[in-house]
Amino acid sequence: MIHYALIFAFSCFGLGLLFNLYRIFVAPGVVDRVLALDTMVINIIALLVLYGISSHSGVYFEAALLFAMTGFVSTVAYCKFILRGDIIE
Amino acid sequence: MEQIAEIVISLLLVAAGIFGLVGSYGLLKLPDTMSRLHAPTKATTLGVGGVLIASMLYFWIFRDTLSWHELLITMFLLLTAPITANFIAKAHLHRFGNADDLPDTQTDHIWATFEDEAEELQPVMTRTTPKPAPPKADH
Amino acid sequence: MLRKLFPHPYLTLLLIITWMLLVNHLKLGSLVFAVILGTIIPIITAPYWPDRPLLRNPVAIIGYILIVLYDIVKSNFIVAGIVLFKPKTKLQSAWITVPLDLRTPEAITVLAGTITMTPGTVTADMSGDGKALLIHCLHAPDPDSVRDEIKSRYEARLMRIFE
Repeated sequence: MIHYALIFAFSCFGLGLLFNLYRIFVAPGVVDRVLALDTMVINIIALLVLYGISSHSGVYFEAALLFAMTGFVSTVAYCKFILRGDIIE
Repeated sequence: MEQIAEIVISLLLVAAGIFGLVGSYGLLKLPDTMSRLHAPTKATTLGVGGVLIASMLYFWIFRDTLSWHELLITMFLLLTAPITANFIAKAHLHRFGNADDLPDTQTDHIWATFEDEAEELQPVMTRTTPKPAPPKADH
Repeated sequence: MLRKLFPHPYLTLLLIITWMLLVNHLKLGSLVFAVILGTIIPIITAPYWPDRPLLRNPVAIIGYILIVLYDIVKSNFIVAGIVLFKPKTKLQSAWITVPLDLRTPEAITVLAGTITMTPGTVTADMSGDGKALLIHCLHAPDPDSVRDEIKSRYEARLMRIFE
């Protein structure tokens, strides 16, 4: 049963990634692209953890943790750049 | 026992998948940028949170290893989601916002984003004692 | 002396717990290293955070966290329902000003984060003097009730914890 639930969750987050990709290409402004990238990072974290469950391995949590941190820092850096025109003043 | 655990984990995974998909779908469907900000910050957080809790239960019950990393990732996401949302909202206000569309602050100052544009950035929230107000000239 | 060594005792505690969760098993060696890290990092970062936050009522934090977690789950269902079933034309977005009674930066940060995570509201900005928050509502037919709920449900509790 977990197997089928895993496949369902994989397809949901994969479809979500495609939606985000569409939003990155077709967006009214740069802020929407940053938002789509941020959502993309969250979806990828979910996919990594799901892959960890399906391959019975705990290695992917470190990857997910690193991804969460770089995703947060990059979103903040993008926004800081839009706000101030500079990342570290 | 294992039967129940299997059902719970499957339900968590399915619910997480649905919430994650709704979060990304909201990014496409909602009409303006500020509305679009709502969908990912909320729906996706519970989506990833469900996956992480399911993973924790799975490794605990079926693999006999209690892993705390999921809890760390969940906490990290819950703590950073508001900060990124706030940053994106501020960036949107700075780039496309119009001060006239927003409601009044009901204080003497305007909203901080627009105040920054008017003058050089001052640290607003420090707990130093405020300077005494200059004495008012008598008429 | 103690004040110099531990500028932020709660931050020290948080760093120790985080490090122990990160190494994922309980050993004396990693605990010692966690204590060393938990002592050094607050001292290094102290210049960027000079004041020690006041916590009047640390036990009340647990009740607050439980309420916020319940609201996060509830808000997920509400926002998902709005995204899926509400047509674009019926969506009534609104900007709301929430005047603040809280004064310490830490308490306002917690309040802003809570508002962002709960039903259909996102904190967008703060007034220049830190006395009001700007909030965007996804669907608010009655903006005044949203503001009153924020003030009574979250701000009153935070007042009891922080001030």
